[in-house]
Amino acid sequence: MGATAAQKILARASGKEAVRPGEYVMADIDLAMVHDSMGPVCEVLFRAGVDKAWDPDRIVCVLDHWNPPPTVRDAETYNFIRSAVKKLGIKHFYGQNAGVCHQVLIEKGHILPGMLVVGADSHTISYGALGAAASGIGHSEMAYVFTTGKLWFKVPETIKFIIEGSLPPRVSSKDVILSLAGKYSVEAAQYKAVEFAGTACNDLSIASRITMCNMAAEIGAKFAFFETDKKTTDYLMERAQRHFGVVAADSDASYEAVYHEEVSTLEPQVASPFSVDNVKPVSKVGDIKIHQAVLGSCTNARLEDLRMAAGVMAGRKVHPDVRMLVIPASWEVYRDAVREGIIMRLSESGAIICNAGCGPCMGGHMGLLASGEVCIATTNRNFKGRMGSPESELYLASPATVAASAITGKITDPRGL
Amino acid sequence: MISKIKGRVWKFGDNVDTDVMTSGKYINLPMDELKGHAFEEVRPEFAQKASPGDMIVAGRNFGCGSSRETAPAALKALGIGAVVAESFARIFYRNSIAIGLPAIICPGAASLGNDGDEAEASLADRKVINHTTGKVLDFQAFPDEMLRVLECGGIEPLLKQMKNA
Repeated sequence: MGATAAQKILARASGKEAVRPGEYVMADIDLAMVHDSMGPVCEVLFRAGVDKAWDPDRIVCVLDHWNPPPTVRDAETYNFIRSAVKKLGIKHFYGQNAGVCHQVLIEKGHILPGMLVVGADSHTISYGALGAAASGIGHSEMAYVFTTGKLWFKVPETIKFIIEGSLPPRVSSKDVILSLAGKYSVEAAQYKAVEFAGTACNDLSIASRITMCNMAAEIGAKFAFFETDKKTTDYLMERAQRHFGVVAADSDASYEAVYHEEVSTLEPQVASPFSVDNVKPVSKVGDIKIHQAVLGSCTNARLEDLRMAAGVMAGRKVHPDVRMLVIPASWEVYRDAVREGIIMRLSESGAIICNAGCGPCMGGHMGLLASGEVCIATTNRNFKGRMGSPESELYLASPATVAASAITGKITDPRGL
Repeated sequence: MISKIKGRVWKFGDNVDTDVMTSGKYINLPMDELKGHAFEEVRPEFAQKASPGDMIVAGRNFGCGSSRETAPAALKALGIGAVVAESFARIFYRNSIAIGLPAIICPGAASLGNDGDEAEASLADRKVINHTTGKVLDFQAFPDEMLRVLECGGIEPLLKQMKNA
């Protein structure tokens, strides 16, 4: 019996020939990612008397959640983090001018296929777009990783989505992953690894694959993988500039379930409050007036997303009752979008262009919602109170649907605009 | 080691997310302040009335969403002795163990009892008992990796112990 991608990577990292689902292993971590969570991680470390990291070169720290700091308290935390970075000798530190951690790790070439990565953020799973086994943990466990370079894992079962067909115009990978959440629920992949395959997946850009892996967290997944293909290797040749291998599931690997999907007739999808699996096609959402539209986050704020929004909005203005925030996923994306004229076009349409970072996605930074307000966002979670007041409402959709809705002032099918 | 957890039941449903445990608006506050906002948006009385030894009893996928460790930490800071659920979201589960809060996967948890019932959990006997109704549920042993952390009271005490070893 062959092995899945998750089994192969966990076996290699724990020094075993093979591992079985359900088995517990102690694995060596290839890379550890922290963002603003570096603060609490180091508090635990220093209280425990640990002042050395197992391997400072295998730690990447990116400040993204409260950057630049909106309060004195956050500014103090950032100062503490900067001093901790120096104390531990962490080489890969992106304190400003970088962007959302997940985008930064991928575009700066830190992620390679087959790596075992943990991050103190639930969307660390995004790195599976490049074939890495990547998973979110909390700050105490990250303190353990900083100290020992190891962590225990339960070897997961794997489920496979074979997605065929070609996506219609203005329908994107966000619509695919939202439709999977709607169809299979927020716990479809609980404790499991997910492999995405099929012709529709092969056609997706790296950016679109990141979106799917990112939101695999919302169906409970521990890891998510795309197959490493020419797109992956081309992307990595440019960015990683070091040797890498390819880890692929065996053709006779055993899956807990295999689901077949066809996306050629898929409509744009929208997740209504307050659960990511409360999904309907945009045509069935009804007449929902919005006050804010957010194009941002690690889920959907890469160049192709901004380009799509600018295309949908071309020459039109944001509705006068709507604030539209554009928050590029990274400063690299921001600069590329400036060069391409996208930022100018979005700005001329009336969008507010913000600095690269997490923005209001998790309700911490800027662009929060008042009670009674409704927002449509390209972000990943629509829990009660997620983006501000518990009396606000958040709908999740693709960049095209968010852009179309910003123009009309209500949730709108981008194909009809 | 934590051996006995005894107190009142706080009953929750399925898919309770970590944003409602500690909202993103508050997670940078010191724990003494933050814990006062726990479940504010769905159970505003919770932070005021939770007492040491109380138990959260929930359905499926408890703790889904963000990896914020403030979620289980705020519950622990309010005295919650254990969280008993049909199933947990994986990061919440790991985080609970990592701070020394027993997260007990217990088939049948959703029907264990109601708000205010007197209940008890024993890790040694691997049982949850509702003293109000007499209902008893069994749960599986924690794997050794987790038990070691729980017995230390969490990762931080474990790191201290390793440092001093």
